[in-house]
Amino acid sequence: MGFRHKDIIGLRDLTKEEIELLLNTADSLNEVNNRDIKKVPTLRGKTVVNLFYEASTRTRTSFEIAAKRLSADTINISASTSSTTKGETLLDTAKNVLAMKPDIIVMRHAISGAHEFLSKRVSCSVINAGDGAHEHPSQGLLDMLTMRQRFGTLSGLKVAIVGDITHSRVARSDIYGLTKMGSNVFLAGPPTMMPVGVEKLGNVTVCKDMREAVHQADVVMMLRIQLERQGKTLLPSMREYSRYFGLNQEVLALAKENAMVMHPGPINRGVELNSAVADGDQSFVLKQVENGVAIRMAMLYHVCGGEPAEG
Amino acid sequence: MNLLIKGGRLIDPSQGIDDNLDVLIADGVVLELGKGLTAPQGTETIDASGLIVTPGLIDMHVHFRDPGLEYKEDIGTGSRAAAAGGFTSVACMPNTSPVIDNKAVACYVVNKAKCEAVVNVFPVGNITKGGKGESLAEMGELKECGCVAVSDDGRPVCNSELMRRALEYAKGIGIAVISHAEEISLVGEGVMNEGFTSTELGLKGIPWAAEDVAVARDVYLAEFTGAPVHIAHISTVGSARIIRNAKARGVKVTCETAPHYFTLTDEAVAGYNTNAKMNPPLRSAADVAAMKAGLADGTIDAIATDHAPHHADEKEIEFNLAMNGIIGLETSLPLSLKLVEERCLDLTTLVKVMSCNPAKILGIDRGSLKPGYVGDVTVIDPNKAWTVTAEKLESKSKNSPFIGCEMKGAAAYTIVKGQVVHKGI
Repeated sequence: MGFRHKDIIGLRDLTKEEIELLLNTADSLNEVNNRDIKKVPTLRGKTVVNLFYEASTRTRTSFEIAAKRLSADTINISASTSSTTKGETLLDTAKNVLAMKPDIIVMRHAISGAHEFLSKRVSCSVINAGDGAHEHPSQGLLDMLTMRQRFGTLSGLKVAIVGDITHSRVARSDIYGLTKMGSNVFLAGPPTMMPVGVEKLGNVTVCKDMREAVHQADVVMMLRIQLERQGKTLLPSMREYSRYFGLNQEVLALAKENAMVMHPGPINRGVELNSAVADGDQSFVLKQVENGVAIRMAMLYHVCGGEPAEG
Repeated sequence: MNLLIKGGRLIDPSQGIDDNLDVLIADGVVLELGKGLTAPQGTETIDASGLIVTPGLIDMHVHFRDPGLEYKEDIGTGSRAAAAGGFTSVACMPNTSPVIDNKAVACYVVNKAKCEAVVNVFPVGNITKGGKGESLAEMGELKECGCVAVSDDGRPVCNSELMRRALEYAKGIGIAVISHAEEISLVGEGVMNEGFTSTELGLKGIPWAAEDVAVARDVYLAEFTGAPVHIAHISTVGSARIIRNAKARGVKVTCETAPHYFTLTDEAVAGYNTNAKMNPPLRSAADVAAMKAGLADGTIDAIATDHAPHHADEKEIEFNLAMNGIIGLETSLPLSLKLVEERCLDLTTLVKVMSCNPAKILGIDRGSLKPGYVGDVTVIDPNKAWTVTAEKLESKSKNSPFIGCEMKGAAAYTIVKGQVVHKGI
């Protein structure tokens, strides 16, 4: 089967088969990333615009490398240097970009739904590199790829997601993707950070504490706490948050022996993860970053109408 | 100049009438009601057979954006939208630019309405100077120059002591106080109702408690001061319950809801639909049911649209940045008639909440067709089927979630002081 979407806005919109296709393509493209000459001509002559309305190092760099390895031309526009500071609307900026005939706009935006808004109004492909607290599909896909590489399947895995679920686009994409692939997702976080009706997003269980979520887990996914975004009313202190929702070796011991520790980054050391866990054998944080390039190559490839990868 | 409305079903709850009666208007005033009325030769006659004749409908909560924001709406276009929707009177909110917190601006509205409006336009003045919630506006003078109520609509009066004094002072003057009940600290950066849909869309939620807490405060202040208060645009189960209980123990509280709160749920926001963004936000199915029940049992006194025109540029934008509000004047009547079709309301109650009660709350000499009253009449065709399209709307702005929707029921004639100002048949 092919990939019929013009855009990738979220994993909520993709079927299990489409997710599998993206993961399979990424697996085969990973080979390119390990060559001496890390470039294939697949997207030669295509133009990818990275339109970033929110600061990002990892995701933007990863998309840029992904596009370059596929031989696409890439342009980066960030909010600080673009005309947004002159009061131009998103739609006007996009229309101006569009006039220069890009094939794909990769966008990050602080407002949930900005991509859905834009994708309905532009002819080129739109890939979501994170919108507000809505979705971050490339992160969700690279998380699943990393898990699948390790366990061979996603079906039946117990995945604990711990932290601020309310404000996390990573949590939403992980939940949509993992539950479609047959994983069992367990959530833990302070009640001030657990959104209404989250259990209806998929096959999700909300746990009373972190230990219950981590118990016998195959994967422990720790979310970043963003003090600047989450305001002062949700938590008494980082210190107390870390006591109840930080991952240390003692809590990790509750998970399965070969459990993976994951984090979308950047890590607040000593808050979500203590250094021993972050740097330990069970940490797959850097593997996630590595897989991010392959996943983004697969996303760019498929929205450009690519056929299913061989092998 | 005389007008005879013949053969219609007259529903006038102010006189307990639901009967086939003709209405004769002479010199803009109701002269006579009766069967088989005849009129002098040359009297204009409307054949209302098969139609419903009611006291002119009143929308006690609209935004005409005039002065200052005429790119969204003005008194002329707003009044034509009202007429098209079957409304003969509207009360327009003071969050204009400048705000209506003084005699000069109130007089501007009254005078402009005299020149340009096809329906009665009653200004609402501010409760506080500048609408800033810091000190009382000159309510006495606002009333003298035609304001029928005071409100800081768009924002609550956060300071409870000031709200207490506003209620006391307004009671002395005899002017209605309309409260925009919202606990701002609970709203925070919320942009839609807090519920499963906000979780799904990753949008910040506004909890129902933000409304209930504020409604409770104003109900207690009304009880404490003995002064009446009218709560604007209620939307929650809790607001209805608080007001029902308060009425039962004799508190002088009245309230209104808007057609969208008994028609749509927060699921209408899916797809980041900015025409489903308003304040208070669209709520849950339980809240929708509570609005219907509240209208049926008399807890909710009025249907008011909160007609809030915005330019396309203010809605064709990312959800968080879009302005709150939708236009409502031209869809209110069919959406309300739907409640009659669902057997949730009877027609008498419908006329009460769309005409008699708003007139009473605002203290205006409308909402009745007793002989001697102003000849404001709405003739309703309850069966007319039509589709909402942007082109058809009289309002300058087209921000409606109902565009493309099928409607049943419309104003056949809107009559102001004996003059037909809209003919929809």
